[in-house]
Amino acid sequence: MSNLSEFENIADAGQETAPIWINDLTVAYHRKPVLWDVNLVLPEGKLVAVIGPNGAGKSTLIKAILGLVPKATGDIRIYGRSYEAQRRLVGYVPQRESVDWDFPVSATDVVAMGLYGKIGWLKPVSRRHREQAVEELRKVGMEAYADRQISQLSGGQQQRVFLARALAQDAQVYFMDEPFAGVDVATEKAIVALLKELKTAGKTCVVVHHDLQTVTTYFDHVVLLNMRVVAAGPVEEVFTEENLKKTYGGKLTLLSQALHKYAQQPGIGTGGAKGGHR
Amino acid sequence: MEWTFIDSWIIVTGILSAMSCALLGNYLVLRRMSMMGDAISHAVLPGLAIAFLVSGSRDSLPMLVGAVGVGVLTAVLIQAIGKLSGLDQGASMGVIFTTLFALGLILIRQAADHVDLDPGCVLYGAIELTPLDVYTLFGWEIPRAAVTNGIMLLVNVLFVVFFFKELRITSFDPALATTMGFNAGVMHYVLMALVAATTIAAFESVGSILVIAMLIVPAATAHLLTDRLVAMLAISLVVAALSAVLGHLGAITIPTWIGFRDTSTAGMMAVAVGVLFLAVFLFAPRHGIIGRMVAQGLLTLRVNRDDILGMLYRVQELSGQRSPAVKTDDLRKALLTGGWVNLALADLLRTRMVRRTLEGVVLTESGLSSAANLIRSHRLWESYLCGQMGFCDAEAHYSAHQLEHVTDEAMQERLKRAANYPTLDPHRKAIP
Repeated sequence: MSNLSEFENIADAGQETAPIWINDLTVAYHRKPVLWDVNLVLPEGKLVAVIGPNGAGKSTLIKAILGLVPKATGDIRIYGRSYEAQRRLVGYVPQRESVDWDFPVSATDVVAMGLYGKIGWLKPVSRRHREQAVEELRKVGMEAYADRQISQLSGGQQQRVFLARALAQDAQVYFMDEPFAGVDVATEKAIVALLKELKTAGKTCVVVHHDLQTVTTYFDHVVLLNMRVVAAGPVEEVFTEENLKKTYGGKLTLLSQALHKYAQQPGIGTGGAKGGHR
Repeated sequence: MEWTFIDSWIIVTGILSAMSCALLGNYLVLRRMSMMGDAISHAVLPGLAIAFLVSGSRDSLPMLVGAVGVGVLTAVLIQAIGKLSGLDQGASMGVIFTTLFALGLILIRQAADHVDLDPGCVLYGAIELTPLDVYTLFGWEIPRAAVTNGIMLLVNVLFVVFFFKELRITSFDPALATTMGFNAGVMHYVLMALVAATTIAAFESVGSILVIAMLIVPAATAHLLTDRLVAMLAISLVVAALSAVLGHLGAITIPTWIGFRDTSTAGMMAVAVGVLFLAVFLFAPRHGIIGRMVAQGLLTLRVNRDDILGMLYRVQELSGQRSPAVKTDDLRKALLTGGWVNLALADLLRTRMVRRTLEGVVLTESGLSSAANLIRSHRLWESYLCGQMGFCDAEAHYSAHQLEHVTDEAMQERLKRAANYPTLDPHRKAIP
């Protein structure tokens, strides 16, 4: 009991100031919980990797923070306030496969979308905005492709366009969903350099990551996720073999077995049912 | 066949309705939900029937309200069924729109005893009759259908112009749009409401089949022609207008050529837009079938030309003579690409790379230098692949064989530097 209150004190400590503060978050698709009782406080100015096996809820965690999936329970704060109040402080890089790359837009058009929030409703994209978009493309080494239609870019180049768009958002906290997935060596280097730059500028980056080999070299902080937070903290402290085993070992841990049974029982009204009755 | 003001008004009405459908259709096609237009244009039927039963008239306003209400309801139901049942969007669309359409038919049948709202009219429309039902506006008699479709087109144009940026981001990346405060869900339902309203405005004059055609085909045609959104919107409008004109002209002329009276304009417009799509599909410069085939053919031709030059060079190298003749049959046997060899040979003769003698074909001076250049590329690649990359077996030869066709001088220089300026390739052949 004393442990719990101590934990709550720590959690409360970051509530007003931390870039990301999450208390008791549960997310369910239909009846099946995807995230279960997530408590998380992330420090400012760090590069944070979110790792965990497939289906661990990594993308869902980001989407729940951004209000893209409904939460069954829980409280999420960005610098002490709700996401809706802090939109302008947040940048988002979705998974590359989540959009249609045959869409008739150029690389500049896509990057300029990062400025839409600042431009606001109904106002058009001006020449100045387009120039700024090209400037962001330059930062990721893509200015030569500014006028290319996006389907004519390689996977890595497309990812860099997405990053340039995030830069255009000029946010304090960035959420990136697998930016390293399926990119070439040059792009991987470009992304790492960019992350370092963002960190130097005092930004917080939360990155869904798959490659365990590179966690220690690319990131300072890590969240090990498997439906719940197995461990979170500085890489050197929590990125241990024991924690990794807990995160990845055995598809069905005791907890997830219990949850599975729970979800199958008819008429039980917790997270899953609430989510459905929203 | 005589042209009357009726024909002019039919064309004007056709153009206006086709353009207002086509404009919104771009966003349906880009959002990969083309069939949503199909679903909504059918599903609004009960909305029309209910509006008629409630208001007791065929006035545009109650019809519009009924259609938009049911249109949005359709979009909501499709979304909800898809989400809750786990069915894919196509299946939930099929369930919702057929049910609503059937419901509409039943309602219309019930009301049909005392009204002139008939199902046939819903499918084909009656554009030929629209010029007879007129408004008087500033002393001008303007067909009611032209006015409604004109207003609808104006509304759609204003919507697309003012919400250009919002439509673009919610169509391309709904998740990012939503995180930025441009609610993709709201945009979706506004778009669906406008599709329903447009459908209903166009419906009366041109019928549901043409509405569906005009929602999808002009946009799909434009998408094949351009990579820019603004250009796509503009082209789709031109295609829509063109098919309205061609459709009516076709309807009043083509049947008379084969001894019939004129046919349905709406039907002919749908055929016209289909023909335009087919033409673009075949002939579009980059995405068209024929364009792609030509590009492929030119590449094959070039590879064959290069291979003939390479073979002539190697024969000369082996024989030690200056420009030995090689029989055409031997070329064919060696290259195994059938008719392409003849075409490539004809092209080489035309560009004076080779000439024909009694014994066979012979390299000319310029042919020799191109051939030497090609062999240089090939052997530099082999040297590089074997010396630097460690591929020294037959695979290196095949890779070099593919790469030689796309190697320019700058690349040759880089290869030379990387391979330490070799003079002999791995097979101890001289690099020219």
